[in-house]
Amino acid sequence: MSEITPDLVRHLASLARILVTDQEVEQLAGELGIIVDSVATVTKAVSGDVAATSHPIPMANVYREDVILPSLSQLQALSSAPDSAEGRFKVNAILDED
Amino acid sequence: MTEITSSSAAVLAGLISSKEASSVEITTAFLDRLEKLNPKTNSYLYFNRENSLAQAKRADQQLAEGKTVSPLHGVPIAVKDNLTTTDAPTTAGSKILEGWVPQYDATVVRKLREASMPILGKTNLDEFAMGSSTEFSAYGPSKNPWDLTRIPGGSGGGSSSAIAGHLAPLAIGSDTGGSIRFPAAMTGSVGAKPTYGAVSRYGLIALASSLDQIGPVTNSVMDAALLQDVIGGHDPNDSTSLPNSLGSMVQSVKEADVKGLRVGVVKQLSSDGFQPGVKACFDDTIKKLAAAGAEIIEVDCPSFEYAVAAYYLILPAEASSNLAKFDSVRFGLRVTPDGNPTIENVMAATREQGFGPEVKRRIILGTYALSSGYYDAYYGSAQKVRTLIQQDLAKAFTQADVLLTPTAPTTAFKIGEKVNDPLAMYLNDIATIPANLAGIPGISVPNGLASEDGLPSGVQILAPAMQDGRMYRVASIVEKLYVDQWGASLIARVPDLEAL
Amino acid sequence: MAKEQLMSYEDAIERFEVVIGLEVHVELNTVSKMFCGCANNFGSEPNTNVCPTCLGLPGSLPAVNRKAVESSIAIGLALDCQIASNGRFARKNYFYPDLAKNFQTSQFDEPIAFEGEISIELETGEVFMVPIERAHMEEDAGKLTHVGGATGRIQGAEYSLVDYNRAGVPLVEIVTKPIYGALDKAPELAATYVRAIRDIVKSMNVSDAKMERGNVRCDANVSLREKGAEKLGTRTETKNVNSLKSIENTVRYEIQRQAFILAAGGKIIQETRHWHEDRGHTSAGRPKSDADDYRYFPEPDLVPVQPSKEWIEEIRLTLTEKPSIRRKRLQEAWGFADLEFRDVLNSDLLDEIEATVSAGASPQSARKWWTGELARLANLQEVAVQDLPITPEQVASIQKLIDSGDLTDRIARDVVAGVLAGEGEPAEVIESRGLKIVTDEGALIAAIDKALASQPDVMEKIRDGKLQAAGAVIGAVMQEMRGQADAARVRELILERAK
Repeated sequence: MSEITPDLVRHLASLARILVTDQEVEQLAGELGIIVDSVATVTKAVSGDVAATSHPIPMANVYREDVILPSLSQLQALSSAPDSAEGRFKVNAILDED
Repeated sequence: MTEITSSSAAVLAGLISSKEASSVEITTAFLDRLEKLNPKTNSYLYFNRENSLAQAKRADQQLAEGKTVSPLHGVPIAVKDNLTTTDAPTTAGSKILEGWVPQYDATVVRKLREASMPILGKTNLDEFAMGSSTEFSAYGPSKNPWDLTRIPGGSGGGSSSAIAGHLAPLAIGSDTGGSIRFPAAMTGSVGAKPTYGAVSRYGLIALASSLDQIGPVTNSVMDAALLQDVIGGHDPNDSTSLPNSLGSMVQSVKEADVKGLRVGVVKQLSSDGFQPGVKACFDDTIKKLAAAGAEIIEVDCPSFEYAVAAYYLILPAEASSNLAKFDSVRFGLRVTPDGNPTIENVMAATREQGFGPEVKRRIILGTYALSSGYYDAYYGSAQKVRTLIQQDLAKAFTQADVLLTPTAPTTAFKIGEKVNDPLAMYLNDIATIPANLAGIPGISVPNGLASEDGLPSGVQILAPAMQDGRMYRVASIVEKLYVDQWGASLIARVPDLEAL
Repeated sequence: MAKEQLMSYEDAIERFEVVIGLEVHVELNTVSKMFCGCANNFGSEPNTNVCPTCLGLPGSLPAVNRKAVESSIAIGLALDCQIASNGRFARKNYFYPDLAKNFQTSQFDEPIAFEGEISIELETGEVFMVPIERAHMEEDAGKLTHVGGATGRIQGAEYSLVDYNRAGVPLVEIVTKPIYGALDKAPELAATYVRAIRDIVKSMNVSDAKMERGNVRCDANVSLREKGAEKLGTRTETKNVNSLKSIENTVRYEIQRQAFILAAGGKIIQETRHWHEDRGHTSAGRPKSDADDYRYFPEPDLVPVQPSKEWIEEIRLTLTEKPSIRRKRLQEAWGFADLEFRDVLNSDLLDEIEATVSAGASPQSARKWWTGELARLANLQEVAVQDLPITPEQVASIQKLIDSGDLTDRIARDVVAGVLAGEGEPAEVIESRGLKIVTDEGALIAAIDKALASQPDVMEKIRDGKLQAAGAVIGAVMQEMRGQADAARVRELILERAK
């Protein structure tokens, strides 16, 4: 049986910064439960001594030299911003952390 | 259908270089056709006649000055709408990016421009390439030119329907789990996913970074080879880009020779779960190859059983992180809820309204797979499955030069048929996913029409990493076996769109 | 916010054992950013050092700056760390508007450097070995400006503005293991440790190391446990404490605050806190929660960093002398008393004095110039003494003229004033201001005769043995010579005359 509870969905949605309605939470919990039950078979496929592959083609040590390349202009940088002011991106007030 | 729009890119390139047709004439022919027929197929999300023709004019000018800059000089092309273009909006099929005009060109787009290939427009896709039918596009599904009530495959259904409907001679796709090859199989086109790193991902709106690869969608194997030669090669902007050239794919196609070829049939992908007509087409391909002199070997890849499961953990995990940047600050949609919302509220509301249901599903699934306490069991295990798949493939490639599987378990299904059943949708990619997990090249070549529904079927050819040339060589062999039988490519049999 | 209640520091130390842990972020001074070719430049117009990559535009990809890796390895080596044979970047996922991609490209379980240590000498001479857990590479975030509200702070702001010029600037985060046994010295140790890190990265020239610009920033973890207890207490992490004095104050404050709570039977909440230098206390920020699930995973857009042995050894060869060893060497070579040397260190003048000495001045004279007259002038002008427009070479050349008797101390100060006023090299100042000591004895004798003529009784007094009477004549002669005479020589000449 799936471990995807509505509370877990709510928590995951908040980590992922997606607003969800109660109805969506219920629906997602059901759908994700089925998917998770299915993909959980991976846990049966592997034992501890198998190495993890994060890059399909093994490569290492790819660097760029420390030189300056052209940047965007301020105008270009802000060109697709929903809102800007004083050469900066403008956003609503941030949740008070103090 | 005019002769131009039903010609292969290789033929069109020949017409241009011999001055029998100009790039402007050819580009105009495709623009005329797509402007008329795109409402039927919804292949393109964006096109701009003036812009395309200006590019064609430049290509012609160069030719007039005696300059031919690439083997595809002047041949127009369609580009999947998850590649950034400075002269056209780039949406990735999502509402959250509606109207965004990127500040930079993707490396592949830059290479097309440098090759003097006019861009016809941007093609439809499932939102952020998440899907195998284009039904998850925020801008409506594309339709399959073989049957407009059916899906053209996905995520690159815009490109595949454009190719099959002759709304473009060439198209660029991206393939994370089959998004080039599956649509190619659904539409009787050719679609190739090169080795991971063979084509730069810079400017490709990332779905799953370790799986994504850009490749050609075309009418023929030679066209695909021509296009991969244009778009491939090292790019310092992509740190996972292969350092060395893989050589000329066109040359490999020309060297096609079946002698001594060992063809592996993957035990796990040759029997169960395939539509009978698709299975019959596949068996026919194997029979033809054997008759032509290839040695047929059954190979065992037991880890393939876990490939879909591993894929649907790795992909959502990487996607959940890649899609975090869509936050309403620097670009894209911003939804400001009523009251006095904080930026946190704005971000959450924007992502709620800007993302479609499949995207949200996968982001939340990926967030789960990476979250503390679950990482080892899910993401960690999935990465280990990747190792097993690589090991199985390494062994199989000691027995066989290439592996063949049906590209897809079925022919094109009806629009709406699977849209509410995520798990059924995920299984469409069962044969294509292993190549992405292992980074190896794979191509789908049409191998007939399924007897039960008369819809196209495709055969997939897999080669070892960096052996893209071998993949093209064998694809060309397979293609020739069928063209010899049919007297033309399968795509010549696509119904007349104008009559549909 | 009401100030929290504190236990006296002495009582807190008496009752509890202090455990501290320090995370120091060092901004590297590479020419370009960590993952793109934008300038790593402080003070540019907002959003002008940005590109698709550091703006996190869809489709963009990172590419690692070789120099940043090299500097990180160098820092690891300077801290006696092991260098990873397989280091990897990882994504740290969290949403914040200054973080362009809403993940920070950092390192997680495979940092570039790990398992090091650094010896820290306190003012008393006591030496602590501070164990280093790891040093890892990551990128800085952009800069937020909060607009509206009373103080430009985040509280009560109407909106915020984001500048991504700093986004993607390379950082090395150096994390200590828990530091035990510092007892009442914990606050001093914390500050001295951060100073040591700052000095190291500055002497290696891998960072501008200006704390006031945030080139070096510290997060201080503090926990207390009853003496003799095994289990570590709950810790708090005070973020972005950005001056040495604040670090000391923060640790001291947290010890007293936590001690009061624990003694009253309360519980410490695991949380991030903020230090307010102006108000002299920390305040609670966000408690640690599930929201701190950063979902680290290997950065799929980057490949592993596998430095070869040869590369590491090459970097090791470029390492400069450790500041602590250099300090010992210089104090010994210069023969400075502890107190004198501490003055030099506290005013951060080691580099200047060393350069002055190597330009030919004696160590004591170099020290006196920099910690004396020049420090005084800098203080008057309200600038840092290092920023005065005079070079160690110029100071040394002026001192040489004193040593050779060509200048008196007083005239030399005029020369310095001239150099600072932009009148050119010392020789030019001497020339244009006419500042050389008058060594022409004829001119001196003439001046003496003139002075004696107006004070005829002086010679008599001298001959009677009242030598101090010469003073009046010396004063008159010096006035006549506009100060540019050697008073001792004038006195000698007067006495000769009286014979």
